[in-house]
Amino acid sequence: MHHAKPKHEFEPKIIAFVCTWCTYAGADLAGTSRMQYPANVRLVKFPCTGRIDPVFILKAFQQGADGVLVSGCHPGDCHYMAGNFHARRRFAAFRKLLEFIGVDLQRLQFSWVSAAEAGKWVEVVTELTERVRAMGPMREFKDLALEEQWSGSLTTPELQEAYEAI
Amino acid sequence: MSRVGVFVCHCGENIARTVDVERVARAAEQLPGVAFATDYKYMCSDPGQGLLKRAIAEQRLSHVVVAACSPRMHERTFRKAVEQAGLNPFLCEMANIREHCSWVHEDREEATTKAIEIVGMLVERVKKNRVLPTITVPVTKKALVIGGGIAGIQAALDIADAGHQVVLVEREPSIGGHMAQLSETFPTLDCSQCIMTPKMVDVANHPNITLHTYSEIEQVDGYIGNFQVTIRKKARSVDEQKCTGCGVCLTKCPQNKIPNSFDCNLGTRSAIYVPFPQAVPNIPVIDREHCTRFKTGKCGVCQKVCGPGAVDFEQQDRLLVEPVGAIVVATGFNLYSIDEKPKGSEIKGYGEFGHGRIPDVIDGMTFERLASASGPTGGKILRPSDGKEPRQVVFIQCVGSRAREKGISYCSKVCCMYTAKHTMLFKHKVHDGQAYVFFMDARTPGKSYDEFWRRSIEEEEAVYIRGMVSRLYQKGDKVVVMGSDIAVGVQVEIEADLVVLATAIMPRQGADSLAQKLGISYDKYHFYSEAHAKLKPVECATAGIYLAGACQGPKDIPDTVSQASAAAAKVMTLFAKEQLEREPVVARVSEKNCVGCFSCRKVCPYGAVEEKEIWDRNGKLIKTVAYVNPGVCAGCGTCQATCPSKSVELDGYTDEQIVAMIEAL
Repeated sequence: MHHAKPKHEFEPKIIAFVCTWCTYAGADLAGTSRMQYPANVRLVKFPCTGRIDPVFILKAFQQGADGVLVSGCHPGDCHYMAGNFHARRRFAAFRKLLEFIGVDLQRLQFSWVSAAEAGKWVEVVTELTERVRAMGPMREFKDLALEEQWSGSLTTPELQEAYEAI
Repeated sequence: MSRVGVFVCHCGENIARTVDVERVARAAEQLPGVAFATDYKYMCSDPGQGLLKRAIAEQRLSHVVVAACSPRMHERTFRKAVEQAGLNPFLCEMANIREHCSWVHEDREEATTKAIEIVGMLVERVKKNRVLPTITVPVTKKALVIGGGIAGIQAALDIADAGHQVVLVEREPSIGGHMAQLSETFPTLDCSQCIMTPKMVDVANHPNITLHTYSEIEQVDGYIGNFQVTIRKKARSVDEQKCTGCGVCLTKCPQNKIPNSFDCNLGTRSAIYVPFPQAVPNIPVIDREHCTRFKTGKCGVCQKVCGPGAVDFEQQDRLLVEPVGAIVVATGFNLYSIDEKPKGSEIKGYGEFGHGRIPDVIDGMTFERLASASGPTGGKILRPSDGKEPRQVVFIQCVGSRAREKGISYCSKVCCMYTAKHTMLFKHKVHDGQAYVFFMDARTPGKSYDEFWRRSIEEEEAVYIRGMVSRLYQKGDKVVVMGSDIAVGVQVEIEADLVVLATAIMPRQGADSLAQKLGISYDKYHFYSEAHAKLKPVECATAGIYLAGACQGPKDIPDTVSQASAAAAKVMTLFAKEQLEREPVVARVSEKNCVGCFSCRKVCPYGAVEEKEIWDRNGKLIKTVAYVNPGVCAGCGTCQATCPSKSVELDGYTDEQIVAMIEAL
């Protein structure tokens, strides 16, 4: 049945970094089970969450993502035994840095979704999309990227002073 | 300059219904570097693949993106086609516009936009793909089978008969599993022991099978073709080499009132015991929890009476390492128990059925032991409370199964049939007895199954009542069953002498921890997941590991044996090759940039990172750098994300490729 959907003023862009063994497969299962969720998410597949460099998250925000999801196997279930533990430690530290540079952590979600948890995948994606939609677009990084593009360098008085001091 | 070809699949109606595939192809054509884009009804079909190969030749394509289903479904198909057309297979990527797009969205506009963006990301990625050489690794032609029930036995025998070595590991002191406990089997009423025990003996005598009973899997390392498995051989306290299986120790052990779990705790056994007379191997085990010697240091009767001097109280657990090329997991099932479940557990108990307080409420397996000629009653149906023969027996189906309110939504598949069998066995032994069955639906798909079920009603006079039971309670020496008959629309009360519950089939306890050791996935109940429900029903997503029997989902004996033989055939296919091609997704170190901090070695779960010394021509050591052994690397890429100098790269998932995808956003 086709239902007319309520129109939204703002459609957020969500990028999801997922591991191939658990979450990618879980998202596949959501498809084969014909579950429905918002069309805002774009997936980037990795062998393991352990492969995900925090820089990718920054890069995603910089490229205009309004929300980022990182999802892999449940602790203990990693196909590569410990990759998700490394990821968890890395992102626990990285969140602090993100917060420090002024990213609202509500835009970033970590979750564990197994290959069997199609329902959980739908829940996580829907929840994040709705949350980010309510928050509105993520401007800070886009503006920063633009500024960099136009001027070739960042020109804050502090930086300028620092450059001159060298 | 890349010349990318984009091929958009309709998947019949599966994609084309919600995604405007023509528009996706037209949009792809406009992307930089795309030389050719088209759409086709079934890309995976022979004409579809032909179209792909022709386009590669005619359009001189350098890279290929197939926008279709999940790469988990057809990546191999298309990479093979690309290879046949003369391109390196790793220059082909799949854009998943079915599972991740057309199937999960209804709005055609939204879905089409999303599909175009997904294709755009993959086009940017594929342009950064490099030619990767296939890596070949040797295959260890020896298989590990975990679990010695009928599934494991069948798989082990098939592989061993094909001429390969098999290591069979069983947790219990004897192989046989649940099938050894059964009395007779549906739909032929074959005696289970009669068809099972010869196979058990075959395993013991097979020159190609090494049997480790009373053993568990401690650790699994390696990958397809080259696993290293550590097996814990638990201390039996009896020397397997010396023991002759005479059984004198069993008869002399003073601790002989221990409930026998093989007989569902109906009979008793001694502290030194063999689980059942036909056990393979016929070597006793000392149950250290109940043995007086281990509890108080006194006794030692078994050691005194043992002629060959096989009893060894000092024996310790031993760890063995076995190199194997393939693993068959056949760990079987546990029966759901109606007891109160731990707080917070998603699965609930059946308080209303008496929590095991009423002795004459038993489960199906206990009934099997009562009906079995080798059971504690010698095959007489006698109820546990007073040992009398019951006249009226009530069977309740779907206890746990299909009970969403109890946390289990699946059908256990075998209970309808075994309950029909129970009513027959009962009637054969108690001629004037009456069996009642409370059921929801009778599910009898299988050869000669429905005929069998009908026989229980028409010839053996079992009364089937469609409805549920709400409560059981003790009244004098009877158990009152309160239920409903929804066909007639009345409440029913039956004063039964014995109540038998057809409890659900659940995965083995500890199935999750074994899965974690093996690196295979499991569902929310802890049944192991197959790679594809229809096309890869015995393979795990983890290469080189196969599934057999009820560990994957409820199954009866014929299905279990079929799946075990299928798993064995998969292992033989693997062993037919001398060398195995594996995905060249491995990490490589840039020796120029590496500063030798070895952060990568700390995070590598496989120990694949080695040291490599770089010398100048005068024989002076310049520096020590990391080297990733491609034979050991499994390609998780944790090292790359960890490397502070960005000197490690995982082929197939380079920073360049990932960033290209993000930048396409």
